[in-house]
Amino acid sequence: MQKQKLVLVGNGMAGVRTLEELLKIASDKYDITVFGAEPHPNYNRILLSPVLAGEQTVQDIIINEMDWYEQNQIHLHINKKVTKIDRKNRIVFTEDGTSAEYDRLLLSTGSNPFILPIPGAELPGVVSFRDISDVEAMLDASSRYRNAVVIGGGLLGLEAANGLMLRGMDVTVVHIAPWLMDRQLDEPAARLLQQSLEAKGLKFLLEKQTGALVPGESGRVCAVSFKDGDSIPADLVVMAVGIRPNTELAESAGLYCNRGVVVNDTLQTFDPRIYAVGECVSHRGVAYGLVAPLFEQAKVAANHLAEYGIGCYTGSLTSTKLKVTGIDLFSAGDYMGAEGTDAIVLSDPAGGNYKKVVLKDNKVVGAVLYGDTTEGSWYFDLLREGTDVSDIRSSLLFGQHNLGDSGHGDPHARVAAMPDSAEICGCNGVCKGDIVKAIRDKKLFTLDEVRAHTKASSSCGSCTGLVESLLAVTVGGDYSTAPSKKPMCGCTEHSHDEVRETITRQGIKSIPALMHFMEWKTPDGCNKCRTALNYYLLCAWPSEYVDDNQSRYINERVHANIQKDGTYSVIPRIFGGDTSPKQLMAIAQIAERWEVPTVKFTGGQRLDLLGIRKEQLPGIWKDLSEAGFVSGHAYGKAMRTVKTCVGSQWCRFGTQDSTTMGIKLEELTWGSWTPHKFKLAVSGCPRNCAEATIKDFGVVAVDSGWELHIGGNGGIKVRATDFLCHVKTEEEVLEYCAAFMQVYREDAHYLERTAPWVERRGLTYVKERVVDDAEQRKVYAERFYESQKYSQDDPWKARGEGVDAHEYKPMAILS
Amino acid sequence: MQTTNNQQNWVEVGRIEDIPLLGARLVKSPKGDIAVFRTQGDEIFALRDKCPHKGGPLSQGIVHGKKVACPLHDWKIHLDTGLAVAPDEGCAARFPVEVRDGLIYLSLEPDSGR
Repeated sequence: MQKQKLVLVGNGMAGVRTLEELLKIASDKYDITVFGAEPHPNYNRILLSPVLAGEQTVQDIIINEMDWYEQNQIHLHINKKVTKIDRKNRIVFTEDGTSAEYDRLLLSTGSNPFILPIPGAELPGVVSFRDISDVEAMLDASSRYRNAVVIGGGLLGLEAANGLMLRGMDVTVVHIAPWLMDRQLDEPAARLLQQSLEAKGLKFLLEKQTGALVPGESGRVCAVSFKDGDSIPADLVVMAVGIRPNTELAESAGLYCNRGVVVNDTLQTFDPRIYAVGECVSHRGVAYGLVAPLFEQAKVAANHLAEYGIGCYTGSLTSTKLKVTGIDLFSAGDYMGAEGTDAIVLSDPAGGNYKKVVLKDNKVVGAVLYGDTTEGSWYFDLLREGTDVSDIRSSLLFGQHNLGDSGHGDPHARVAAMPDSAEICGCNGVCKGDIVKAIRDKKLFTLDEVRAHTKASSSCGSCTGLVESLLAVTVGGDYSTAPSKKPMCGCTEHSHDEVRETITRQGIKSIPALMHFMEWKTPDGCNKCRTALNYYLLCAWPSEYVDDNQSRYINERVHANIQKDGTYSVIPRIFGGDTSPKQLMAIAQIAERWEVPTVKFTGGQRLDLLGIRKEQLPGIWKDLSEAGFVSGHAYGKAMRTVKTCVGSQWCRFGTQDSTTMGIKLEELTWGSWTPHKFKLAVSGCPRNCAEATIKDFGVVAVDSGWELHIGGNGGIKVRATDFLCHVKTEEEVLEYCAAFMQVYREDAHYLERTAPWVERRGLTYVKERVVDDAEQRKVYAERFYESQKYSQDDPWKARGEGVDAHEYKPMAILS
Repeated sequence: MQTTNNQQNWVEVGRIEDIPLLGARLVKSPKGDIAVFRTQGDEIFALRDKCPHKGGPLSQGIVHGKKVACPLHDWKIHLDTGLAVAPDEGCAARFPVEVRDGLIYLSLEPDSGR
């Protein structure tokens, strides 16, 4: 089949990123031609500041070398500016008459620096700060001249000024507004910033309007004069007053532009054959000048160029960081605080610290941090997710580590301080140095890329936060926003929430039907999405859904835990951890009969029989079933165990019978499938010997009844529970537990434990459903009981009797 | 056991329905364990039942597309080549396999990999 022709105009970050995304999903679809006006291959424009400052070289910031284009059979024309699009015949022409035909055209013409229309703007020595040639001109001037003036006290201007100062120039920043970075900072934060920059040696002229640039005898600029009559010497003038989308080419081709090439949610212009991405674009009235939105756009545009037709770009939230070494500031969202908002502020000018979080309707809508910015990403997460923060309002400014994260502190600061040899991913033995090296050498931008290349965070996922922090710390300002909507996996554009909603709204009851309805990109998904879909369908239709064994991880498929040597371990359920000599003898005899190599107490007070060969499983289960045991589900994304102490039955301090409570809870909840493993504990008094405050659902007996706690985690990232409520009776404990589990089962993403889920959703969300509204609590609990009718049959007994016999037997044994 | 007079020594190991769709079965042979896979499109592949990473039993993994995810550390292995999905590197030996009249024939001479 003849390949279609795709032409990209603009060899910058957004356009080439679109090609990268496209090559990933449809590498053979197009003959690709790229036109770039600059003489360089694709480079990372946002790193020009470190190049100017001497912290990186031009070579360091090249993203794709020339041989990348060759390897991907892309025809690259550098140094050629496209000046005409013939839309009727679908041909583009360059200045020098080169032409290329297209079936699809992708415009990524970026933006142009805004040049003030003042006398002298065209003089030698006046530059903008946009591309490598500007940086070269600035470096050249810094080696020969002394006085530099930067017009514009925004992000770009300050980075340029810092670079020139580090190159030895005497730099004055001229800004028209009363404070610096007025598009990102409020006045107090900006004053702190100004002080630090002044301490570094920069000079500032605020509320100053430039009148003209004055030529010297040589014809080069020699001074800047202001409208108020003042003037200062200047051998180099950098204009950094803003950018404007480069729409010249699009306009000349008759495409509709309005402060940017206007595109729809599929990044198509008014001519559907022509796509546009990046800074040249106006989407829903917004033109973005930061990198993260461009990457989101690239992904959607690639999806449509590949003719999958399901990507949708709905706009981006952005945050700002200044790439000036030694200055930490962060800003996102509505940092000034519009009407109807209120703000929580911490101001410590002497200590160089300022924090402001802007709230509206109990949700974070903006934040400005100066000095200590370690909580920036957390506030940004709260902002993106729209989390209700009323429960944590009083401690919001003190940061995430004050919320029960047992003093681990901020992950960014923590990973930054780690030595290179520190192990980040315990499952796969990946240390910090490996990850940092991979991020730098392979120019990784996303968590998925880091997972693919290093394996870190690709097993149990408990180090995901650390890896994300490492990515943020290593890539710096480039990694500012992840899209708020994350697709489930590479097989679909849809998020977990969208999938769950579609299942219930459309009444879909099988994996193939769902994949068909939601236009899955792969014929049968992958191990990530199939396992999730199987759970979601099971949760939505407990009585009707036919479980898909091939979409279960091996542990759940064969109801035992696979171990490193391919053998399995089985853990019989011992309700509430309360056993008897008879039970123990039965287990001991069975272990002897099957020559079990290791018998081990688990962390949840159960006995683990390790080292069992797969073909032995049905036999040992049959024996265990006959002795009265059911599966402990220690292998599943399921209710695992209820840990207890001896409570008032024996303990001098016990206030309630925690063991009996534990047994009742386990009888209620065993067998239930959950988004991730789920553990409970019951302590008989506030001494909390069963460690109930690091469990998914913890119960602590007090004199007046029972305290209920949720969202704890004893894993790598320890998190103490949030207090849910106090209840008086046993019946209430059971009902609240059932309701809480059902809310979690119906709302969390697959493989999301209760701790991150509660943080994402907010405690208020849970309380509204489980505590505040008795009706709703009963409805949730009822749905849980209903579901348990179908899940409380012992998988071991069935398999001991011959179900799925093929799983356990080789297909053939050849001699 | 049955052989044909092809260049390979083909051994009949079972019927195609013996393997669940998107699943795998184990064949024990004098030359070691071999995993036989069945894809959505009823294609049959055979690899040594050992992930090139840490020896995980590939027959216990989840089959998707023409790949299997190793149950131990989630490496993905291409069923048709035995190669690990990039950026991982490694290769599981591939065994020639044929389906005739719904019967699966396997050759015990691996043609690539370890």
